[in-house]
Amino acid sequence: MRAIALVDCNNFYVSCERLFQPKLEGKPVVVLSNNDGCVVSRSQEVRDLGIRMGVPWFQLKDLAKRHGIIALSSNYALYADISNRVMRLLSQCCPGQEIYSIDESFLDLTGMADLTAYAQTIRSTVKQCVGIPVCVGIAPSKTLAKLANHVAKKHKQFHGVCDFNTMTTRVMDNLLAKIEVGEVWGVGRQSTGRLQQMGIGSVLELKYGPAKRVRAEFGVVMERIVAELNGEACIGLDEVTPPRRQIICSRSFGMYVSSLDDLEQAVIAYTTRAAEKLRDQQSLAGGIQVCIRTNPHKEKDPQHQPSMLLPLFEPTDDTRLLCRAALSGLRQIYRSGYAYQKAGVILTEIIPATARPRTLFEDAAAQQRSASLMATLDRINRRMGSGTMQLLGEGVRKGWAMRRGNVSQRYTTEWGELAVVR
Amino acid sequence: MLPSIHSGRTGRQTRRTARGLLSLTHPNKELFRRQRALLRGAVPAGFPSPADDYVEQRISLDEHLIQHRESTFFMRVAGDSMRGLGIFDGDLLVVDRALPAEHGCVVIAVLDGEFTVKQLLHTAEGRVLRSAHPGYADMLIKPEQDFAIWGVVSWNIHKV
Repeated sequence: MRAIALVDCNNFYVSCERLFQPKLEGKPVVVLSNNDGCVVSRSQEVRDLGIRMGVPWFQLKDLAKRHGIIALSSNYALYADISNRVMRLLSQCCPGQEIYSIDESFLDLTGMADLTAYAQTIRSTVKQCVGIPVCVGIAPSKTLAKLANHVAKKHKQFHGVCDFNTMTTRVMDNLLAKIEVGEVWGVGRQSTGRLQQMGIGSVLELKYGPAKRVRAEFGVVMERIVAELNGEACIGLDEVTPPRRQIICSRSFGMYVSSLDDLEQAVIAYTTRAAEKLRDQQSLAGGIQVCIRTNPHKEKDPQHQPSMLLPLFEPTDDTRLLCRAALSGLRQIYRSGYAYQKAGVILTEIIPATARPRTLFEDAAAQQRSASLMATLDRINRRMGSGTMQLLGEGVRKGWAMRRGNVSQRYTTEWGELAVVR
Repeated sequence: MLPSIHSGRTGRQTRRTARGLLSLTHPNKELFRRQRALLRGAVPAGFPSPADDYVEQRISLDEHLIQHRESTFFMRVAGDSMRGLGIFDGDLLVVDRALPAEHGCVVIAVLDGEFTVKQLLHTAEGRVLRSAHPGYADMLIKPEQDFAIWGVVSWNIHKV
């Protein structure tokens, strides 16, 4: 039987914060999204208070005061480094790994003996070496492994490891009967509603549901989910993430922005970041879309949400060319007199750098210069810290930059911000 | 091109090609001469460096100080409580979480929510944190105290 494990870090961002601030242990802690908008990670104490994921922080302020909830801004430099450590450790535990997200990884443990004990070893190794608590779910398919992990997290008696492969069908079905169908990987909110109308409320009911009707109503994707629930592995392990077809970089500002100058700085900053990602995966972009928008939740304020797609003369990964295109788009869509809240750029028509089409007017020497300039830029920023070298147009003051009121130190990526011991 | 990590023959061939290209396309003789000197490490033209076959990776402190990449962290010392063991205010500690906290190790401990660097002793009465400074007494860890070992200090880096 196949054995797929899903290793998932427990309230990952909060766990990273606690690693370097042990006094947060046992206290209710939340981590907030960019600009301290809403809750993106909750400690168990906060879950127990009934606070849901994604709640806007301003709605919680009273509750927070009453229960002494500590709110931290997100510190992605720290989370990324800790995530890399966890993922590399996990890759040493098994022959096949798919990194699914910043805090989740599928492992292929097929053919290995005594998996429940092995999963406990994985848990204690990650906890000891990186200090992050994880739970492990094991099953014959990825969809079931996700559910096994859900069980491992919810029920204390499993001690963080739930192995469906060692259970009888009856025991497993009993567990699946208690999980809502919306928890299934790939079943969205809309499908959940429609499934419930068909009388399918629990995972178990979907597993043994009317296969033909489900297929007719929802198509092959849902049929595949049902097969996976029945222990048939239909979704393979993606060990290498395919290069992205679209690269998006968009963020809300720390405050409302209405001048073209500030917007230009932000667009240059986001384009720079997107171009870095593009070069990272060795691709070229054939077009760039730029968009800005006012706050859609402030219905009384005048609204303006334009965007524009700009084709490039030839596919490129040069920050300067991409910025030039993005800026010309921005200048065309910008209207004064609006309070903009967010800007973004999307790189489109992405092709591998090796597939660069030849054109009649191309300038090989200029391409060479651009390639070596970009490579140097990336090397400097990787070694000296991101943003060490940037286009001047990005600005130095950055009044529009993210608001992060209570961000912790970058304990593992900045010499000046190490943890201090007495 | 400079610190060639190619071994032997391949390295030499690459160099020859690079020089050939330069001499064909470069109009500025003086600049070419200087570039060539840079590329070849000032060895007279025509002869490959006799050290080419012996080029090795330069020794690295990371490799020396870090046994386990994923479990190693750096921390900064504040205060003099460990000066008897050569750990001073402002020093940089290399901390490995994968190492076992054995009797006599210098450890990073968490005591009542705060980090501390001390020597760990396993005694008959229980675990003791010992400073290396006459002004600090031994601390016997009481069962009700919030205590954990965070990591083991494997190196101390002290600026001379």
